[in-house]
Amino acid sequence: MGNTSSKLILAGCLALTACFAGKAFAADKNWGQYQVEDRRSGYTFAAPETRAMQDDNFQNPGMLWAEIGEELWEKTEGEAGKACASCHNGPETMKGVAVSYPKYVAEKKNLENLEQRINRCRTENMKAKPWKYESKELLGMTVFVRNQSLGMPINVKVDGDYAPFFEKGKAFYEQRRGQLDLACKHCHEDFEGGQLRANILSQGQGNGFPVYRLKWSGVGSLHRRFRGCNKQVRSKPYGYGSDEYLALELYVMWRGRGLPVETPAVRN
Amino acid sequence: MANIKPRVRIPRKAKAGEVVEIKSLIEHKMETGQRKGKDGKKIPRKIINRFECKFEGDLVFASDWHPAISANPYLAFHMRAEKTGEFEFKWIEDGGAEYVKKAKMTVS
Amino acid sequence: MTETQLTLSRRQALKGASAFALTLVAAGFLAPGAHADAAAVDAAIKKLVKGTPEEGKIKMDLPQIAENGNTVPVAFEVESPMSKDDYVKTVHLFAEGNPSPEVASFYFTPQSGMARASTRMRMAGTQNVVVVAEMSNGKVYMAKQQVKVTIGGCGG
Repeated sequence: MGNTSSKLILAGCLALTACFAGKAFAADKNWGQYQVEDRRSGYTFAAPETRAMQDDNFQNPGMLWAEIGEELWEKTEGEAGKACASCHNGPETMKGVAVSYPKYVAEKKNLENLEQRINRCRTENMKAKPWKYESKELLGMTVFVRNQSLGMPINVKVDGDYAPFFEKGKAFYEQRRGQLDLACKHCHEDFEGGQLRANILSQGQGNGFPVYRLKWSGVGSLHRRFRGCNKQVRSKPYGYGSDEYLALELYVMWRGRGLPVETPAVRN
Repeated sequence: MANIKPRVRIPRKAKAGEVVEIKSLIEHKMETGQRKGKDGKKIPRKIINRFECKFEGDLVFASDWHPAISANPYLAFHMRAEKTGEFEFKWIEDGGAEYVKKAKMTVS
Repeated sequence: MTETQLTLSRRQALKGASAFALTLVAAGFLAPGAHADAAAVDAAIKKLVKGTPEEGKIKMDLPQIAENGNTVPVAFEVESPMSKDDYVKTVHLFAEGNPSPEVASFYFTPQSGMARASTRMRMAGTQNVVVVAEMSNGKVYMAKQQVKVTIGGCGG
């Protein structure tokens, strides 16, 4: 199916009066660190008020989650009687860590994202219970750890052991799915900059996640966003931390290579 | 999980007569009482309905809030700094629970 | 973004009036058939404030178009010396298109230095936001601004 039919599907099936009236942003605007070559952070698609909310470290409500993480960093939990700080010292040791996730773990023969890495630390080293996906605790710690790398460029590996996962993620990204028969790429590549009603379609970058989303009035993970997108095209979402979403996370992060870590970004 | 935690930002130091900006943020759902839960029943209203700022025990600013204030309420306002002292910020929730934060400011 | 494009798309979006209402209900804020209007705001003002509001003195700072009705930044400043005998006592914030008109009231003192505040409010759709200021001398001022709340297509 070509672009025209995709357009019809978007407009018709979503019944959202999609309007692809053209790129809403001038391509020549200088977005500074938020644009690398043709890759643009969701920041550049957000309304000025939303960007202002992110720019002010205090006004950014996502920082409330970073504070939750900060507190938990020092908290001793589990049978080993350890806190994150027992092994990692200060949070500054986490600087630069986030940019390369998800990472390949040989013992698992699989990818692992930062949420899962945090939970592996809890179960293996702290002998504590893992936190649930989307819990305040796991989101808080993920936001806190990623925030230590604020402004650093996303840099995931995609070769060697990563190659099959990268290919799987790419295939997922390009696979039509759901009753609307749309792939990720249709919105976020083919119609990037166009409008779905009043929403401006972004490139679907992952560099700001977990994000504070105005729609959620709270912070959510990248996998929550994947699930939302999948449901939106009337397709069955995959589970949090599923192999499918891990591979997709790798591909999405590669698409945003070089973009700065913005966690916790503020998005519509 | 941990209790609801408020955040405030004030300048630690100010000059006498200077008008300083105070910013505050508190983690709160601000449940409007209009939403329905998964069971189809209305989720009861639970919001922060009042914010107070005291300086050395004197009420210098207050605000009453309705459900139309966004989740995780943010409020910025001003105060003229005259003397060194301690702020007490208080958020009052439906049902009477209070969240308090204190902060000192040195005025020269 | 340009205003024209957003306005255009909003107008188109409004054609699907039922979808529009559904989105608001889904947003959990607007109970079907129940919202305030200009008259309700007038009544709320009369209840809280003595005297007839005049124009002037108030500067409002809020977006003409809000990306999301959950969190709309709103700020105001009332012109006043903020001295012991001449200051802004109270500022009330109202919304004409929400389930109830009251949004917030702000109580200032001469100690405030300036009668300015900023917060974030919920808006159940395009509507007027009204600011009413009561001065220490009993005078009342009022200002009004419309905010267009756009309806997005990305649920998620």
